Amino acid sequence: MYSWFILFPLLSVIILNLPFRGMMNKIAIWYALALSIAQVYLVLFPVNIVMPFLQLNLNADIISRAVLLCIAIVLFVTILSAKYLIKKEDKLFNFVNLLFICLAGMNGVTLVTDIFSLYVFIEITAVASYTLISFYKDKDAFEAAFKYIMLSAMASAMMLAGIALIMLISGDTGFFAIREALKVSPHSSLIVFAIAIFICALFIKGGLMPFHGWLPDAYSAAPAPVSVLLAGVVTKTLGIYGLIRIMVSVIGFDGPLKQALLFIGALSIVVGALAALGQSDFKRMLAYSSISQVGYIIIGLGTGTALGIFGAVFHLFNHAIFKSSLFLNSAAVESRLGTRDMDKMNGLASKMPVTGITSVISCLSAAGLPPLAGFWSKLIIIVALWVSGYRVYAVVAIMASVITLAYFLSLQRRVFFGRIKEDSMNIKEAGIGLTLPAVILTAIIIGVGIAFPFLRDAIKF
Amino acid sequence: MNLNIFILIAMIALALWTVMTRSLLRAAIMLAFTSAIISILMFRLNSPIAAVFELSVCTGLVSVLFISTIGLTHPSVKEETFEHMVDRLRKFKFLPFIIIGMGMALGLVAVKINLQLPLAEIETDARTVMWNLRPLDIIGQVIILLSGVFGVIILFKESDKK
Repeated sequence: MYSWFILFPLLSVIILNLPFRGMMNKIAIWYALALSIAQVYLVLFPVNIVMPFLQLNLNADIISRAVLLCIAIVLFVTILSAKYLIKKEDKLFNFVNLLFICLAGMNGVTLVTDIFSLYVFIEITAVASYTLISFYKDKDAFEAAFKYIMLSAMASAMMLAGIALIMLISGDTGFFAIREALKVSPHSSLIVFAIAIFICALFIKGGLMPFHGWLPDAYSAAPAPVSVLLAGVVTKTLGIYGLIRIMVSVIGFDGPLKQALLFIGALSIVVGALAALGQSDFKRMLAYSSISQVGYIIIGLGTGTALGIFGAVFHLFNHAIFKSSLFLNSAAVESRLGTRDMDKMNGLASKMPVTGITSVISCLSAAGLPPLAGFWSKLIIIVALWVSGYRVYAVVAIMASVITLAYFLSLQRRVFFGRIKEDSMNIKEAGIGLTLPAVILTAIIIGVGIAFPFLRDAIKF
Repeated sequence: MNLNIFILIAMIALALWTVMTRSLLRAAIMLAFTSAIISILMFRLNSPIAAVFELSVCTGLVSVLFISTIGLTHPSVKEETFEHMVDRLRKFKFLPFIIIGMGMALGLVAVKINLQLPLAEIETDARTVMWNLRPLDIIGQVIILLSGVFGVIILFKESDKK
């Protein structure tokens, strides 16, 4: 059944590029919306569709399904915003084709059970992302894409070297075979080196401190729908989910590795939050905030306990939702004011009430205020840290939450509250293509936050 | 010195030429030659299937993609190209020596690896490898090529290019 998560997007690209291009141009966007809804449905209500001619070695546990759900939701809102922001029909058509390729890549990363296939699908998503970032061919976007390519290429080389060494050790690239082989000689210098370079490569792909050099430029220079996709799911699937999968299914958690994850996670939380505090560009602040929030995911994973991993995956889901919503808000503001400089904005909530309200709710969820979804995931991570005995890291996570609240309140004050500027008097609310997706995401934030105490026991982790 | 060492040196020389030359077209051709030499190495190391893939995909298909894309760009003037190349050669003249030196050092230093290596099971039938063992990677290759094609269309072929 899971094969279709990769084959459907691939077949979609082929079908859309068959003859009758004029008709395909018109239906492409609706087709993409339907596909993302179908993915949400198939994740929530799995249907066993057998494919007799091609057996792909794929598998999905609750972690994979949570990520597949994130991908589908963020893809849906990305398509809605792209329909509103990309006016030319043929550009939109090419954009949708690249989205399908990205979707196939991300679904592949989520479902594979083999470390080399994981690398192949990470590369597919990364290659499509380079083009998506430089979609409008402006100078900043090319520079950002180039930085991303350079660092990503380095990460790819490290991953391949790691895979080659792991293959030498295990004789196979399947997760299960590697796990069994690692048990035989777990502390060989070669194994430690192979694991270290593979994990560092995933850190680069996920934009964690101190490997984050490409991320703020890529997020801020990319077109708005691409920023939503990148911040929402691309980096999270390639780097963070990849790391969770490798830790859970292949390497396991031992002392030094847990300490390394906790340290990198805490460093990302604090430095990302402090860097966000000093930004005046709306999207750059969100980019640094992403680095900080990803730190929470890594620190949760670093506990190595079921509770910590659950908190990490839940925060990954929540982050995808609230950060996509915030990037949509920034796109709405930029589409009306023509700038991302927060010093040139003020009091926009009265003119853009939907954007203002959805932005407040998303910011509060990111800061971890009850009863929103972000509160629960942060709470679980902090509790997991506390009960595992990592109390210093728990305190760091709590303190950084205060900094998160500070920079998001600063964002709200500079953009949406206060006295409106003279030249902003005539602006109107952004179009439905940007407000509707933000409303949908905000509804998910509130819904998950309120329903979580009742759903908690139903989630089998 | 056995033949593999000569092949390795040729590969390093071509790879360096690929990154040092200013002409994109020449870089693409040199990359194709580098891939071809890697394929020879793979054949010599008893990995015929990997060698065939390297030769067909990296030397063939990817080079075609590169060269057709370069055909859509505007090359810089000859003097500028030459200046860039000289500048780069001046900056990185030590690079070949560093790479060869590192290779020799790694060869000389006997790193003790505390490992129990399993015996690799090598499947020699290409059909079995492609369709029974690694179908997912074949699909991955198709998708990554599509991704490259759309990259070329969007960045080089669309009419409003800057």
